[in-house]
Amino acid sequence: MRWRKHTNQITGFLVVLPSIVLVAVFVYGFIGRALWASLTDWGKDPSQALALNPVTRFIGLQNYRELFTGFIDGRFRQDMVSTVFFTVFFLAGCLLFGLLLAILIDHKPRGEALFRGVFLFPFALSFVVTGTIWRWLLQPGGGVNQLPTLVGLRPATFEWLTSRQQVWRFDWNDLPVIIGLLAAATLAAVAVVARRAGRRRRAIGFALGSAAVLGLAVGVAPGWRPLPFPELHGFNLAFIGIVVAAVWQMAGYTMALYLAGLTGIPEELREAAVVEGANEWQLYTRIILPLMAPITLSAMIVLGHISLKIFDLVFAMAGPDNAWTDVPALLMFITTFRGNQFAKGAAIGVILLVLVAMIIVPYLRSQLRKGVRE
Amino acid sequence: MSASRTRGRWRWLMYVVLCLAASFFLMPVYMMVVTALKDPAEISLDTAWQLPSVWNWASFADAWQAFLPKLRNSLILTVTASATSAMLGSLNGYVFAKWPFPGAKIVFALILFGMFIPYQAILIPLFGFIRAIGLYGTIWGLVVVHTVYGLPITTLIFRNYYTEIPDSLIEASALEGAGFFAIYRHVVFPLSLPGFVVVVIWQFTQIWNEFLFAVSLSNPASQPITVALAQLAGGEAVRWNLPMAGALLAALPTLLVYVVFGRYFVRGLLAGSVKG
Amino acid sequence: MNRPGSFFLAAALASLFATAPARAQDKLEIFSWWAGDEGPALKALIDLYSKKYPNIQVINSTVTGGSGVNARAVLKTRMLGGDPPDSFQVHAGQELIGTWVVANRMEDLSDLFKSEGWMAQFPKGLIALLSARNGIWSVPVNIHRSNVMWYVPANLKKWGVSPPKTLDEFLATCKTLQGKGVQHPLALGENWTYNHLWESVALGVLGPEDWTALWTGKLKFNDPKAVKVWATFGQVLDFANPDASGLSWQQATDRMLKGTAAFNVMGDWAAGYMATTLKLKPGEGFGWEASPGTGGVFMMLSDSFGLPKGVKHRDAALKWLRELGSKEGQDTFNPLKGSIAARLDSDLSKYNAYLQSAAKDWKTNKVVGSLAHGAVAPEAFASQFGTVMEIFLASKNAEAAANAAQAIADQVGLGK
Repeated sequence: MRWRKHTNQITGFLVVLPSIVLVAVFVYGFIGRALWASLTDWGKDPSQALALNPVTRFIGLQNYRELFTGFIDGRFRQDMVSTVFFTVFFLAGCLLFGLLLAILIDHKPRGEALFRGVFLFPFALSFVVTGTIWRWLLQPGGGVNQLPTLVGLRPATFEWLTSRQQVWRFDWNDLPVIIGLLAAATLAAVAVVARRAGRRRRAIGFALGSAAVLGLAVGVAPGWRPLPFPELHGFNLAFIGIVVAAVWQMAGYTMALYLAGLTGIPEELREAAVVEGANEWQLYTRIILPLMAPITLSAMIVLGHISLKIFDLVFAMAGPDNAWTDVPALLMFITTFRGNQFAKGAAIGVILLVLVAMIIVPYLRSQLRKGVRE
Repeated sequence: MSASRTRGRWRWLMYVVLCLAASFFLMPVYMMVVTALKDPAEISLDTAWQLPSVWNWASFADAWQAFLPKLRNSLILTVTASATSAMLGSLNGYVFAKWPFPGAKIVFALILFGMFIPYQAILIPLFGFIRAIGLYGTIWGLVVVHTVYGLPITTLIFRNYYTEIPDSLIEASALEGAGFFAIYRHVVFPLSLPGFVVVVIWQFTQIWNEFLFAVSLSNPASQPITVALAQLAGGEAVRWNLPMAGALLAALPTLLVYVVFGRYFVRGLLAGSVKG
Repeated sequence: MNRPGSFFLAAALASLFATAPARAQDKLEIFSWWAGDEGPALKALIDLYSKKYPNIQVINSTVTGGSGVNARAVLKTRMLGGDPPDSFQVHAGQELIGTWVVANRMEDLSDLFKSEGWMAQFPKGLIALLSARNGIWSVPVNIHRSNVMWYVPANLKKWGVSPPKTLDEFLATCKTLQGKGVQHPLALGENWTYNHLWESVALGVLGPEDWTALWTGKLKFNDPKAVKVWATFGQVLDFANPDASGLSWQQATDRMLKGTAAFNVMGDWAAGYMATTLKLKPGEGFGWEASPGTGGVFMMLSDSFGLPKGVKHRDAALKWLRELGSKEGQDTFNPLKGSIAARLDSDLSKYNAYLQSAAKDWKTNKVVGSLAHGAVAPEAFASQFGTVMEIFLASKNAEAAANAAQAIADQVGLGK
């Protein structure tokens, strides 16, 4: 038997080998090329940028330094901030909306299939199409702003994608402090959770870590100023339009995920809760929502990586020149293909990749570790 | 069972919310349809919500004309790439779920990571490679690209799906003398339908709607529909009825796939494919 | 499977994958981003070419979208991969020179210009813009004018004002119009129209010599003369509609036509829009003037085609370039496109009233290049000019904008 298992494992490896090779080349090989390009000056010298065999010099992390602390690259820094805000709102919108719709559909209304179809169909469209339609709808002079006239009110005047307003502004130089505080808070939260789960050593470890980071944030960070001048960043209200379009497209998919989960909850569980005297609200908050946690996590991963890479939608909705709705993937595209700054564009790509990895890798590790325990 | 889930008086509220949500989802479709049916001269921001005075079906005819040659490309590309990546994903998922070799976990994670890379970042080296192997400008180049970049997600979905299959089934079949491929053919593959549905729907949607690779790696003869759609909306002065009509037409095949396989989609999601 | 069945199946499958039968003919691949309304002009040119050379198959590769960004992405990807199209559309001037010529990817066309006698057929100012490093690098197909101000004559008469000739007159006229109830006399549209307006204002403030000096590096952006440009620009913007970012350029022109605004500074493709799409009569339905302060200067942009090095069908490409520069070619293309020919001997009877007036100016005015449309600045600069504009719009600080512009100029080595 063991010999058989062994042979099958070898066969298995051979079956997977082509995929391994393909992924090695198409993913890791190309990432390696991009990483290497980002460490050169490819693009700074016009006579080499588009030459047949460009000669480039190795300049180490200078592109990255420029992106985070250079005067001209303020747009990149705003893009980073915008991405964080966009991701938060997009995720919240999809999860809340998706969950709500799933719960409603789970109550089996009449016309359930029709409702499901209506909510799910935007997922079938490409981001380009969605962006084109919503661009039209959100033009300040028409579309959505004209809706109030249908009920006799005056048209709305929000500028949607063309808005230049920015709220929740902070100075880039305060960023180390802000990040430090956030990190300290996160570590403290983990410590509390560990304490509640009875794992004292872990709790103490994280609590100490949190205190250390807090000390750094308050004591050392304020003296560390990345930029020699103040630079304000914040949430661009123009993103509201993009969030609306993106949620419109992806809420249905989230709903389908939650619906699958809700359908999987055994009827006995619900009936037992009812027997124990739970009302609807308690049924949901105490039993059903906690069971949905793995789905929420899955959805957050998928939606999160879509949101970090978002490009087609923003390109179609706001074009390449709208600084107020700019996102890193779009900036990478025009830096590379319009400004001919190939190395800098590659650097932006690598930063995006690192961001994605920061979210995905812990998730993957927890998934695989879970597999071992099972 | 359903009636006992909500007391009668709250049900009307449920319907109100559902209808409000539905109108939010349908509002852009209304706009698309209405604009597609208007004469170009009539299209303006102030009258955007109004119904067309004359129903101009010509936009659909014109968009169809522009699309027809590209439709074949899109169909070949999407069907082939979806089928291939689904098949490969199924085999890979089978291996990772049932016959994990030493180090399989790491390999799986490495493959999975490929799903998350931003595609603009690798466009230039990708182009060079596709050209080097002689597939630039052909539909097969796109097929290869989409198959490879579809491998991570299809492998993930199938691997999760197959872990739900009890090991006892596998062992029973092995005891009867079945080998690797025999077990796949007789035990695993017949159970795979919901998994294939999820994978095919996902891949079909992604590949049919993809633009960046489509525009960079094809030439006029091999362009898919997404590029033709962009051509409609290009130019200095866009006559919006055409792109709107085109977008509606381009969305039809994916919608068709949804309608036909939609039931299985939710069931497939349920069957453990995307559980946490 | 029975044998005939499998044979037919194989044949059917093979026909799915079959490509066009290979004939003993040459090919020509031209790459552009023209589509939609501009398509017919290119098609007419291709038809002309095909009639003359029936056994050359023309492959028309157009990539639209994103105001040329998609086309640039595809073109650059191909050029980097060593697969150049036989000829590609590019704005004449620094957009070509600063990207492709300095990288040694284009062939020098001086011999072609001499053999076709084009040195005498194109204005000296144009040839200067096309030249660099002792070579000439592209064949201009058309000429558009950037510094035009449009208005409706009847409306101006109604308001009792006449089209302003200088920037001071413009500001004063706008003030008057505001008194007459025209709240925002200048109609402006989205992003790039700001850059377009800026270059007209800059030309008006600096004059042609200093404008050119900016781009050769002789005049710095933070020179007080250049800083004044931003200050004036701010004053001009005060008279523009605040919701500009939400409008396409056509919608801004519509505002002017409707009477909501009085003036619209836009390139002369607006004439094509008004004359062809809206069917207005040049001179009656709409009138034009050089943008304030730029009388006697023709700020040009031009679509042109060059010859990349190492193309697969060099002869076919050279034939294409000859067609483009010929009188017949230019007079076939331009009336349909709504632009004027670059040649001075163009047959003006084929053009509408506006284009005839523009052609006259082309012969007599001083020629300078446009910034917003790729003539005077390389892509590395032009691509980042939007940042400068945003800095100005956010802060309304002329010094800040000027310093930012100079910083970018230094970074890209402008004028070297």
